[in-house]
Amino acid sequence: MAKKPKNKRRDFLQLSTVTLGAVGTAAFIWPFLKSMSPAEDTLAAGSTEVDISAIEEGQSITIKWRGKPVFIKKRTKDEIDAAKMVQASDLRDPQDDADRVQKEEWLVLVGVCTHLGCVPLGQKVSDMKGEYDGWYCPCHGSHYDTSGRIRKGPAPKNLDVPPYTFLNDNTIKIG
Amino acid sequence: MDKNRKVHQFKNPVLNWIEFRLPIISYFKKEYGDYPMPKNCNYFWSFGALATITLVTMIVSGIFLAMNYTPHTDMAFDSVERIMRDVNYGWLMRYIHSNGAAFFFIIVYIHIVRAMYFGSYKYPRELNWILGVFIFLLMMATSFLGYTLPWGQMSYWGATVITNLFSAIPFIGEGLKTWLLGDYNVGNATLNRFFALHYVLPFVIFGVVGLHVAAVHVHGSNNPDGIDIKTNNDSVNFFPYMLIKDTVAMCAFGVAISAVIFFGPNLMAEVDNYIPADPLVTPAHIVPNWYLAPFYAILRAVPDKLGGVLLMFGAIVILFVLPWLDRSKVRSCNYRPIYKWFMMGFFVNFFALGYVGMLPAEGLYLLIARVGLLYYFGFFFIITPFVGWIEKPSKLPLSISDVYAKNIAPNIGGGEKGIPSPAMQKDTNL
Repeated sequence: MAKKPKNKRRDFLQLSTVTLGAVGTAAFIWPFLKSMSPAEDTLAAGSTEVDISAIEEGQSITIKWRGKPVFIKKRTKDEIDAAKMVQASDLRDPQDDADRVQKEEWLVLVGVCTHLGCVPLGQKVSDMKGEYDGWYCPCHGSHYDTSGRIRKGPAPKNLDVPPYTFLNDNTIKIG
Repeated sequence: MDKNRKVHQFKNPVLNWIEFRLPIISYFKKEYGDYPMPKNCNYFWSFGALATITLVTMIVSGIFLAMNYTPHTDMAFDSVERIMRDVNYGWLMRYIHSNGAAFFFIIVYIHIVRAMYFGSYKYPRELNWILGVFIFLLMMATSFLGYTLPWGQMSYWGATVITNLFSAIPFIGEGLKTWLLGDYNVGNATLNRFFALHYVLPFVIFGVVGLHVAAVHVHGSNNPDGIDIKTNNDSVNFFPYMLIKDTVAMCAFGVAISAVIFFGPNLMAEVDNYIPADPLVTPAHIVPNWYLAPFYAILRAVPDKLGGVLLMFGAIVILFVLPWLDRSKVRSCNYRPIYKWFMMGFFVNFFALGYVGMLPAEGLYLLIARVGLLYYFGFFFIITPFVGWIEKPSKLPLSISDVYAKNIAPNIGGGEKGIPSPAMQKDTNL
């Protein structure tokens, strides 16, 4: 009978040693995994100010913000109307046009397709704009409307709206 | 240590000295000298050796390229151009490496076709097959990472599309993608780590290849008739017979790859990759390397992001369980009158998927991709289990020598019955 408690003691020591070893290994691996996340200087990539006074109605410019393209479009009356007419509930990613703009003639979007990250066409006059007259992603055929909402194709979500503020009538600060 | 261990004795005392301390010489003699190969193996059985040689060539040419390559977004493209223009024989290293990758896949695809058609994945070689699928996965990862390094338009956008596949995973997808990239989009952090991983993965492949070869040597190689070696007359020694045969195959392969390297080095390259990467402009058609195109076609055939990603990875993962989906005990399709045609259909289908994977996903091409997708999974989940059940295989030869007795004896013996074939004569001599 004296044997049993001895075994228990051994089991306990063995189990606690293995547990401590496992926790220690995991703690040691963590810095290696974490080192692959974006570095501090990458996270600190700041904001961009854009002068929008030269953009004509119907025209769109592409600027670079945090390495990504951002579309700034001054929409025409027709385009605004087309975007407003849509029932949000009919959409794959339901959102009203009013929730996507601060001033309705200015549409600001991250120009990255929500499917697999290509830059959609539609910034130049000669570009294909897709069936909804907004943007068209050539990679896998996603169609976006004049509010940058997904209407057709494999993309799951609307084009992102980045955080931005109007500093004055002619300047937007993105980020 | 066992004192009674039998040490192999050689004539050369130096060999004996080594053998006593590390029995590596008897190991090589056993595995690459006396190793019995079924004597009916055809040239399909040379593709394993060709793949090994190509792997070594890729590692060597890659090391020399790395001596002149700079993994930085501002300098990568120019450093590759410098390799092409200024580095002595840099163009040769790069064309060997880029075309070598394509040929590596050609060889491995033929190797896989061989294994599937002749049933090499079946008992007792299932683990060998699993290791092979692992190698295939590692190869795809390595080639994808390597394709990013020249930092051309296709490099950049290929990397963008493939890493975005991970963002389809619910909840953790976006975070996982950012962690993999080290940034919110493909950037310098990404290029740096891709280079590091592209350098190390081939050595991992090399290790798994070692296991793959060790595993096949346990039960011996399969053969076109899919029957086991029964007597010594069924086999020939690896040295010199198979070594010479593999050497002939290697010469033919060398001619083929040299023709491409020297006369059409950009046949399999994408023009867009000679334009430096531009994060603001996506090329009109993002095309994967042709050897990954069948899986890309599957991805695009599905009109749902997560569904497409799952089916694409599923198309590879399904290969792991093939040995258990196939219920037939007969290995070689030569003796499976029904399954044989479905198997050939599978190869044609895979080729068709690859073809449409290189073309825009619209209209007829999209339809072909969808039909191809159905056949791909139908082949594994429906055809393979059920054909094995209903099919009546043709009669297997009694032994490997028996194959020759039937095929060759009538010619040598002038068609007369009862005259033994050379193989059978050897039998009687024993």
